[in-house]
Amino acid sequence: MEVKTEGDNLPTATPVVKDGLSVQIKVLFFAKARDITGLTELLMEVSSGSTTQDCLNELVAKFPSLDEIRHCIVLALNEEYTTESAVVKDKDELAIIPPISGG
Amino acid sequence: MRSQRLIWGKSRQWALSQPSPDCDHCRGSVNSCAEQVLRKTAMNSEERTLVEILDENKKIDLAKYINYVSAPAAGAIATFSGTTRDTFEGKTVVELRYEAYVPMAIRNLKSICHSARSSWDLHSIAVVHCLGTVPVGETSVFIAVSATHRADALDACKFLIDELKASVPIWKKEVYSNGEVWKENTEFLERKSELGKNDGFCRRKVETEAPDRKGCCKAKVKVEEAVHTSTS
Repeated sequence: MEVKTEGDNLPTATPVVKDGLSVQIKVLFFAKARDITGLTELLMEVSSGSTTQDCLNELVAKFPSLDEIRHCIVLALNEEYTTESAVVKDKDELAIIPPISGG
Repeated sequence: MRSQRLIWGKSRQWALSQPSPDCDHCRGSVNSCAEQVLRKTAMNSEERTLVEILDENKKIDLAKYINYVSAPAAGAIATFSGTTRDTFEGKTVVELRYEAYVPMAIRNLKSICHSARSSWDLHSIAVVHCLGTVPVGETSVFIAVSATHRADALDACKFLIDELKASVPIWKKEVYSNGEVWKENTEFLERKSELGKNDGFCRRKVETEAPDRKGCCKAKVKVEEAVHTSTS
């Protein structure tokens, strides 16, 4: 995978070619997930109709070490907890949330 | 003096079914039940709820938040402070470092506060959390709740910190002299499978059984009669 920077300085995992068959989402990494990927944010192009699980699969393929925390993370879509079956739309924000520890 | 209150239903709205002449609240008048809903909505818009996530390495000013919740009408103020301990399982803790998904954390905290109001009769709520480094002995999270009576304030305060630890996207790294580790709240691990599903985000103390007496607001609303006394 080639990581390129866009005009807004966010790394992208794939070339940004928008058409009706794909959507672009922003992925946020926190805590242990950020340690593993080395990134706080990532722009990602996925097929239209992809679920959050599809996106996670693609992320694990790009960052294999994410697999070691996959069983304990939860996902958030546009600042709300979501399930792996939720379908992502263009410009959605997907957050990879490792076990929290506030308070 | 007896008072009544409507309770937030699982459908996330004030339950309002067909008015009935047998209903003690509206006596069949559409306007009466609707007026109660509107009054409650208006009260909600005047709620004093303060949620803050501070910039990195800023200290919590406890007095600010106690002052915020203080009011002549509130006979009780309950607070919780979370502070950095100096040891964990025999290891010496140097400091804690916090980070957060800030917009989602604020949204979640406001929702938790709203849920607390649906379960307890509260006056004001303040919740503040630090980011960045919090040395041993310093406060990382502070919650202050005021209410007319102490039972509501104390119970709501416990609820707020329990829910924060179960569901708000804030993380801490525990730094020792010879290493560091991301902590994991057991409250979150217990709640994890429910997050993202309906009602899984925030547990409310809501009773959904039908009241004993007749009323037009049935299945999802329980109306309680509270007897107020002069003591807190």
